Amino acid sequence: MIYNEEYETLPREVLEILQLRRLQQVVQRVYHTVGFYRKSFDDAGVSPDDIKSLDDLRHFPFTTKQNLRDNYPFGLFAVPMSSVVRLHASSGTTGRSTVVGYTKRDIENWSELMARCFVAAGLTKNDMIHNAYGYGLFTGGLGVHYGAEKLGASVIPISGGNTKRQIMILQDFGPTAICCTPSYALNLAEQGEAMGIDMRNLKLRVGIFGAEPWSEKMRQEVEDALNLTAMNIYGLSEVMGPGVAMECLEGREGMHVFEDHFLVETIDPLTGEVLPPGERGELVFTTLTKEAFPLIRYRTRDISRIIPEPCVCGRSLYRMERIMGRSDDMLIIRGVNVFPSQIEDVLVGIEGLDPHYQLIVNREGTLDKLEVQVEVNERLLSNADEIKTLQKIEQRIVKDLKDFLGVTARVKLVEPKSLQRFEGKASRVIDNRHI
Amino acid sequence: MKVEQISIFLENKPGGLENVTRILRDANINIRTLAVADTSDFGIVRLIVDQVADANRVLKENGYTVSRTTVVAVEVPDQPGGLHSILEVLAKAGINIEYMYAFVEKSGRNAVMLFRFDNPDAAIDVLLKNNKTVLPGEKLYSL
Repeated sequence: MIYNEEYETLPREVLEILQLRRLQQVVQRVYHTVGFYRKSFDDAGVSPDDIKSLDDLRHFPFTTKQNLRDNYPFGLFAVPMSSVVRLHASSGTTGRSTVVGYTKRDIENWSELMARCFVAAGLTKNDMIHNAYGYGLFTGGLGVHYGAEKLGASVIPISGGNTKRQIMILQDFGPTAICCTPSYALNLAEQGEAMGIDMRNLKLRVGIFGAEPWSEKMRQEVEDALNLTAMNIYGLSEVMGPGVAMECLEGREGMHVFEDHFLVETIDPLTGEVLPPGERGELVFTTLTKEAFPLIRYRTRDISRIIPEPCVCGRSLYRMERIMGRSDDMLIIRGVNVFPSQIEDVLVGIEGLDPHYQLIVNREGTLDKLEVQVEVNERLLSNADEIKTLQKIEQRIVKDLKDFLGVTARVKLVEPKSLQRFEGKASRVIDNRHI
Repeated sequence: MKVEQISIFLENKPGGLENVTRILRDANINIRTLAVADTSDFGIVRLIVDQVADANRVLKENGYTVSRTTVVAVEVPDQPGGLHSILEVLAKAGINIEYMYAFVEKSGRNAVMLFRFDNPDAAIDVLLKNNKTVLPGEKLYSL
């Protein structure tokens, strides 16, 4: 099933003409409204008039996460704040978080794209959707919510947490679809079974899972645990939120990118060279219709490849392969993006701590568990050699990590110099998860 | 009037204490008494040794997080009510004890308790005013 027949099945030549026109418009607009892009293009010796074909985009400079951070909070906005009706942000301390904005039309487009996702998963306005993505500054909750309302389905805005209550709602309300991270879906199933509930006999038919990488093996596990069809969705807040790409029920091999709204490229992460469709590389997106926060050639750090072959569903939109890796050190823990450097920032902000730390990520059963090991230095012990002093520090670290980054971590104080010292780029992460 | 105690941060794993005592043995340092405070992840080992400065140095050289803390040693009559008589005096004066532990040797016919106070000077003052015997470090290191 296809929500927007016309745009999702445009013949490639027509789609590319549409993309070129929209690309020319957005490149002109950012050049004249966003100082960062003006300077970036000038420094690279390119001008908006240089876009005569889609191919010309490769000469334009990339935009990176660091550029977004450097322009915190609103430096990359292309409209006045009076036109911005919604703000979302990623986690992080000041200057380390990225902020995105949406005009009324941006929200409408986002809602439409999410509606396309639901229909691609086989849902209609007669479905009831259990939305367990977090509501708040994260784009997951509200993104899915507005899309579901646009479709006309009945949304349960349950957000994250409170698993026992969620299980009760699944039983009592009987939603036919669920949206959450795949690991949380497994966790719900596990806890439900432990409560003696037959989690395979709920009214759930479809699950739309994303916000973290997951394998075919995991898809099988979730489908077995909840007796539903598990679908993969992709998105990132910088580009929009959930709904940038979506699997189709008919194919379930790769996710269709909504190319009328997003131009996708894959590049060699080391050289920046554009790769032909089919070759694995880093995904780069250019937004074609976003008004408040347009993005030109944004490096996602997600590794994937474009699947240009036609799909059985009839959509002409290219697909992207499931994301299984990144070209940087970002971690995704229970659907939350965390950079080791953000953890370092939090530690540095606590008096008395040296930022000598190590992160260990495990998946115990179905939930990710993050352990932050921090070395104890003399300063900490010399103020007062009492257990309560050290425990207070542990608690402070736990609290700050939760407050600033939205991650729940276990903190373990360790002996000094017991953690490896690294030359150059430290690999401070031990990820024991095997997805 | 004060006693210098050495505190060491140790992770809660086998061999932790063994390593510390080996280092002290190799440096020919004698432990007079010790106490271990624990949590699930780590512990703090508190030591009274006969050569405080050397112990401090040699433990640091071996990579330990060490601190020197001031504690107060008080003679306690070795009989029922002995400890209470000390604690009563402190409580009446509103003095809080952070932690305490016993010294291995006796001083004459009295037991010796080590106290950690937030304000050791005020505590010593109160104890002396109430005719309690406070032992200086020098006496303990080589008792």
